[in-house]
Amino acid sequence: MTFFAWCVLAAGLGMGLGSVGTGIGQGIAIRSACEGVARNPNASGKILTTMMIGLAMVESLAIYVFVVCMIILFANPFTAQVMELASK
Amino acid sequence: MTHPFLFLQWLEAQLHTHVGEHVTYAWLVMLILIAVAFVVSRGIKMIPGTLQNLMESVIGGIEGLLVETMGPKGKAYFPLIATFALFILVSNLIGLVPGLYPPTANLNTNAALALTVFAMTHIIGVKEHGISYLKHFMGPVLVLAPLVFVIEIIGHIARPLSLSLRLFGNMYGHEIVLMIFFALVPLFLPIPMMLMGVLVAFIQAFVFTLLAMIYIAGALEEAH
Repeated sequence: MTFFAWCVLAAGLGMGLGSVGTGIGQGIAIRSACEGVARNPNASGKILTTMMIGLAMVESLAIYVFVVCMIILFANPFTAQVMELASK
Repeated sequence: MTHPFLFLQWLEAQLHTHVGEHVTYAWLVMLILIAVAFVVSRGIKMIPGTLQNLMESVIGGIEGLLVETMGPKGKAYFPLIATFALFILVSNLIGLVPGLYPPTANLNTNAALALTVFAMTHIIGVKEHGISYLKHFMGPVLVLAPLVFVIEIIGHIARPLSLSLRLFGNMYGHEIVLMIFFALVPLFLPIPMMLMGVLVAFIQAFVFTLLAMIYIAGALEEAH
């Protein structure tokens, strides 16, 4: 059963670490977009579109982490083996 | 882990069939889109009514974006792109209605969409350039071609992976966040998250469509 406790810990830590990096990256992107709009308000439409694409790209990293965490928590490929070993 | 009650799932249980709720709800979305398209296209008037106005602005918006991103050459692929946009948008949005499940919150639906984009980019590339489409994968210097070829192949395989996983993760994550909030405080607290869900639905549909456009435009342009 320790296996599953470690799984939960790994999922939580992984999601946290994944969001730290993504948060910093998105923050930098939004800062640059804000500066761009402040300097040239006419270009706000184009900047918004480009920023959205960039944010979605950066966000997909956190999404990958999320998917891996969900696999660890709900669809762990080693569950059957561990249960077999534990029942011995 | 999803909605407590899904009426098509219930219907399936009554009929003793096992298709899977993502398939049945994808059919529902297709039915909605076909019905709306049929109703609007039958009754086109010079002075448009409410529904025709809405559909005209939606189609016009998608077409404007398409021409802006892909140039006039991309207009031939408008049906494909507009279908992606409308299908994904409606699929994402019906998840906010009780009793309905967004088909895009299942990886299978998204993988089907992303693989269609993947296949279409290469079909279009071969159709447009013939055998010289291979130049897209060779890079500018011939000596480095074997190295660049491997990198390009990996990059092209990563495209459908990232396209499908991004949409799936966003929609499924939103579902799970809603469920957790609903379990913690059922009253009023899920409402801000649902509002954010509307935003996520629009942005993800937009991002998928735009990336599909960029990929197809990349196959259309001459090798550098």
